Amino acid sequence: MSKSAIFTGLVIFIIIALFPFWINFGKTAPVPEPELVGKAKTAKKCVLDKMDMRANHMSLLDEWRDSVVRDANRIYTNTDGKEFAMSLSTGENSCLGCHEDKSKFCDKCHNYASVDPYCWECHTEPKEIK
Amino acid sequence: MNQKYLVPLAVVFLLFLVAYTGVEGAGLQGFFGIFVPYAAVVAFFGGFFYRVTKWARSAVPFRIPTTCGQQKSLPWIKQNCIDNPNTGTGVFLRMVLEIFLFRSLFRNTKAAFNRSEKNELTYSWEIFLWVGALAFHYAFLTVIIRHLRFFIEPVPGWIKFLEYLDGIAQVGLPGLFLSGVVLLAAVLFLLARRIYDNKVSHISLAADYFPLFLIIGITISGISMRYFTKVDIMGIKELTMGLVTFNPVIPEGISGLFYGHVFLVSILFAYFPMSKLMHMAGIFLSPTRNMANNNRAVRHINPWNYDVKVHTYEEYEDDFREKMIEAGLPVDKKE
Repeated sequence: MSKSAIFTGLVIFIIIALFPFWINFGKTAPVPEPELVGKAKTAKKCVLDKMDMRANHMSLLDEWRDSVVRDANRIYTNTDGKEFAMSLSTGENSCLGCHEDKSKFCDKCHNYASVDPYCWECHTEPKEIK
Repeated sequence: MNQKYLVPLAVVFLLFLVAYTGVEGAGLQGFFGIFVPYAAVVAFFGGFFYRVTKWARSAVPFRIPTTCGQQKSLPWIKQNCIDNPNTGTGVFLRMVLEIFLFRSLFRNTKAAFNRSEKNELTYSWEIFLWVGALAFHYAFLTVIIRHLRFFIEPVPGWIKFLEYLDGIAQVGLPGLFLSGVVLLAAVLFLLARRIYDNKVSHISLAADYFPLFLIIGITISGISMRYFTKVDIMGIKELTMGLVTFNPVIPEGISGLFYGHVFLVSILFAYFPMSKLMHMAGIFLSPTRNMANNNRAVRHINPWNYDVKVHTYEEYEDDFREKMIEAGLPVDKKE
């Protein structure tokens, strides 16, 4: 293989492999903060502790879905004895009943971390309907 | 048990523990989160460039085509244009198939003694190394490309599309990425092959096991962070974006598991240029694959050739003509 071909290939590889560095050149990427609006702001505590919710909310929602769909069990009692409706978007006592604005809460982190939950393929945000 | 794999295994455990305890115990987030990744990137590109330029400097004195088909011959003999190419296009196709589909590995055979009474040596087609290698490389590529979501903001659509395809099984939440499972299964298969196949085990050295254990460590820590122990993904993206925008920050509350994962990845990158992993660049320079078999059609001159000082017969005769004539020897030119 000719030397010029090798060097061309090498340079192309290095440019492509360094792509994360030059595509972000001169940019900063501030971390978005999920906003608590409405009821969630005053409630102080979610279904579980803050860190637990951050790490495991998706598993919790997964369990809730199975519980509602398979066992018709719609009430979740947390460790404090408080009751919640196992629902993402229906009613005052559901997730979105408290976290009123999906785009200011859910989407903030999901977009930043490139997570595309399929919740919204069936559920709709109550606000979007109006 | 043999030390050729016990030592690398222990080293990988130790490396992970060094980063984990360094962060959780000694609070060295800055060292393991900023200095080590940058140093690894420099070592990777510097070493990669050095290795390839060193290879490029070596001369290629002649063509050594190893062929797997009929070469270009008389018009009525059908040539195998890809396996025995005489044109640049044919060579290009052969290289594309080699790089993307590992065609040489596909031809892998294994030698074994027949189980019949004759007990004769037989060769059979052995496809599993090829399957394992293909699964491993493509799963690893997918995993690496998926990780770009931590290094670009906003995340481009094609990475999201890849994530969608990778998670298309929609198993569990957070959704299972198939590439992670395939990668772990494939790398474990490649390891098992080295340990349990006596012939391969015999020729395997620590340098063969170390990358395998390193990749197993990386995969397990990655899978564990996503599905089991959980880490603060927002903080992690803040850290990785800080690295690529040259504004490094260390957010609070990132688990030591993440630093262990990053440390193993950094070791893999830094170790890459000095190891067998350089086959990534080397495959492009395979001398038996990347040259056309046109030895009989084109005259190739060895670039090593220098001007040889020769003493021709004419000159010899000029030197000794008179003596030759005296001795009665025949000469070409008689004065």
